[in-house]
Amino acid sequence: MELTTVWFLLIALLWTGYLVLEGFDFGVGMLLPVLGRGSDDADAETNHRVMINTIAPVWDGNEVWLLVAGGATFAAFPEWYATLFSGFYLPLLLILLALIARGIAFEYRGKINDAGWRARWDRAIFFGSLLPSLLWGVAFANIVAGVPIDARHQFTGNLLTLLNPYALLGGLTTLTLFLLHGAVFVALKTNGTIRVRAQRLAARTAPVTLVVAGAFALWTQLAHGKAWTWAAVLVAAGALVAAVAATAAAREGVAFLLTTVVIVAAVVLLFGSLFPDVMPSSTDAANSLTTANASSTPYTLKVMTWVAVGLTPFVLLYQGWTYWVFRQRISSSHMPAASGLSPLARRT
Amino acid sequence: MDPLDLARWQFGTITVYHFMFVPLTIGLAPLVAIMQTIWLRTGDDRWLRLTRFFGKLFLINFAIGVVTGIVQEFQFGMNWSEYSRFVGDVFGAPLAIEGLAAFFIESTFLGLWIFGWDRLPRKVHLATIWLVAIGTWLSAYFILAANSFMQHPVGVRYNAERGRAELTSIWKLLTNNTALATFPHTVAGALVVAGTFVAAVATWWAVRAQRNGDLDVAGTFRPAIRLGLVALIIGGVAVAVSGDAQAKLMFKQQPMKMASAEALCNTETGAGFSLLAIGDVENRCDVRQLRIPGLTSYLANGDVNSTLKGVNDLQREYEAKYGPGNYKPLLPVTYWSFRLMIGFGALSALLAVLGLWFTRRGRIPSSQRLGRLALWVIPAPFLANAFGWIFTEMGRQPWAVAPNPTGVDGVRMLVRDGVSKVPASYVVTSLASFAILYGVLAVVWFGLMRRYAAEGLPDAHPPELRTQEDERPLSFAY
Repeated sequence: MELTTVWFLLIALLWTGYLVLEGFDFGVGMLLPVLGRGSDDADAETNHRVMINTIAPVWDGNEVWLLVAGGATFAAFPEWYATLFSGFYLPLLLILLALIARGIAFEYRGKINDAGWRARWDRAIFFGSLLPSLLWGVAFANIVAGVPIDARHQFTGNLLTLLNPYALLGGLTTLTLFLLHGAVFVALKTNGTIRVRAQRLAARTAPVTLVVAGAFALWTQLAHGKAWTWAAVLVAAGALVAAVAATAAAREGVAFLLTTVVIVAAVVLLFGSLFPDVMPSSTDAANSLTTANASSTPYTLKVMTWVAVGLTPFVLLYQGWTYWVFRQRISSSHMPAASGLSPLARRT
Repeated sequence: MDPLDLARWQFGTITVYHFMFVPLTIGLAPLVAIMQTIWLRTGDDRWLRLTRFFGKLFLINFAIGVVTGIVQEFQFGMNWSEYSRFVGDVFGAPLAIEGLAAFFIESTFLGLWIFGWDRLPRKVHLATIWLVAIGTWLSAYFILAANSFMQHPVGVRYNAERGRAELTSIWKLLTNNTALATFPHTVAGALVVAGTFVAAVATWWAVRAQRNGDLDVAGTFRPAIRLGLVALIIGGVAVAVSGDAQAKLMFKQQPMKMASAEALCNTETGAGFSLLAIGDVENRCDVRQLRIPGLTSYLANGDVNSTLKGVNDLQREYEAKYGPGNYKPLLPVTYWSFRLMIGFGALSALLAVLGLWFTRRGRIPSSQRLGRLALWVIPAPFLANAFGWIFTEMGRQPWAVAPNPTGVDGVRMLVRDGVSKVPASYVVTSLASFAILYGVLAVVWFGLMRRYAAEGLPDAHPPELRTQEDERPLSFAY
């Protein structure tokens, strides 16, 4: 296999890792106000904390998959990296702002024991999870469908070019998919009221996801797909239907595995439709960025292949071990007393 | 303003901002790890309390370093896409390796450290904080190797057909002598930041506790003062030694940068080191005051009588070599940032001397003035780090990739050729939104650091391991 193809696959793999892992922690963030509600303020606060603590030890490691996907694109396909991130400037800016606010929110939320303080950080977690969930779908749909790119590999469209119906449907797909993935994850990681709520919510979200994601998958397949990518469409659809059943039967482990399969199949469908382009041009097919014309030299690709082959197994091992260490289901009884400092007394 | 200026302002502000938090992370991670190691080895609970106390401050700080780092990874593509196209084959590799080899370790093991107190055996838990520290140092190495390529490109060739720089040897790129000098300088600078921070906070607490008669707290903070001072002194010596080595390399690799650091307009033999200047450094060369004769020549070549080329002569040389243009960095910026770097660094040394004196032979300091002074010194090494970077990056101007005087021709890029062809309105939007968000975060960070430092030592309960069926509350949760 050519090295450029290997790196196309590796980048697809890195995005898969990112979307599967951060997908559920985005879902948890978006569901915070829904699953985290309570009979009174104290109850709601405990439920919020249970939700956040299902992902607290792992969200940061999950996000590194994004950094590595970005860095690997820079190293292996510099033209792709340059055209994509300068072209999708404003959506990417929104994603970055969202990720910054969200990341800080996890760490700072509990630092001051004050409802107003926490409510502000909760909003950061909610919107910081919602925006990227939507925008990653918009971005990937645009990549697959193609955007205006000139002969010098410059993006010549604007923000409105990116907000077309197909891309918005792509955004809704990642949004609903991550909601479902997150709900299933919460059901898998908790006990008690929240678990029941998450099961019910997952069962209700699943059909919506099936319709939205199904429509997007069909559109992708019919407009951009190859014959073999039908397999990905079928696997995604099958796994999604099975996930609905598994959720209804309260088999969270199986359901989580299935929503993971859906996301993997979605990435396979998108990247499979894309190959051998990495960013097709809607202006002129001759301007398209491909694995051949956007890539680094064989030497750099070879070096990076050794690095990736040498290090990725260790990453998978210790990240996997982290999930094993924190495998215990948590519930409201596990929440220690709030450790934040009391708010400063306001001068009157 | 045109997109180039805006993009430069954005890169400068958000990178300097990012590097306000990073040195404390790099330096404090091993110090917290050492505290926890001492606790485990001696069973002395004072060290557990110190680990918890400085660990909290470490985490408040770490969070901002991490999230502002995300922007660093993507802004090359956003604002500097033409630069990315030109150098991606070379520059992308260390960035990707940094992610795979360092970021994964840092963030995964930090999660284990924060939440693993009651889930991991003690020795394993200790290993997690050491791995975090190693991760931060590895990260520093790879990003500095990338930066060193911009200062002194090696292991590359120029592909005229593709119009880009291409990697020929990853080994040469990673063992660039510029990187080998910059890494110890940067990490030592980070140790000075963290050493000053630990020593200063501990001094303030020890003084306060001593005066309130709280001997337990005073006695707990005293060893932390000493630990901070040791880090500060080791870091300080290493900063000076590595800085000297770095300067000698820079005189050869980027003579224009060093000449402008000294505001050395014309070629001089036995060039003196200027301590300060009065007046307009940019346009007049006779404003350098209080010179130490021969020192600059000595710093460059180890010989007080050696000859150094001045900015004007170098400008003529560069024009002959690279065509017409202005190859001078902004002299007032390079001249003053270089002096401020050294000056603020020296303030930390002052704390080291005072601290050692007041804690000699088991003494616990009780001077209120010392306590307050210690806190005022904390910003100094942060500023020294910032000015060091402002110097080295502004001194590289107008180059994004400075030409290697002994290397292959063609691997060089002017900053203005590297900027993205995006509308200025985009860059304004992003600069403004980062400014607002970062401004708010700085205020929140400072408030939390202050309050958690003022809160004092937490109680030490060595955690008990929990089982999977355990119904007791977690030892720590968000």
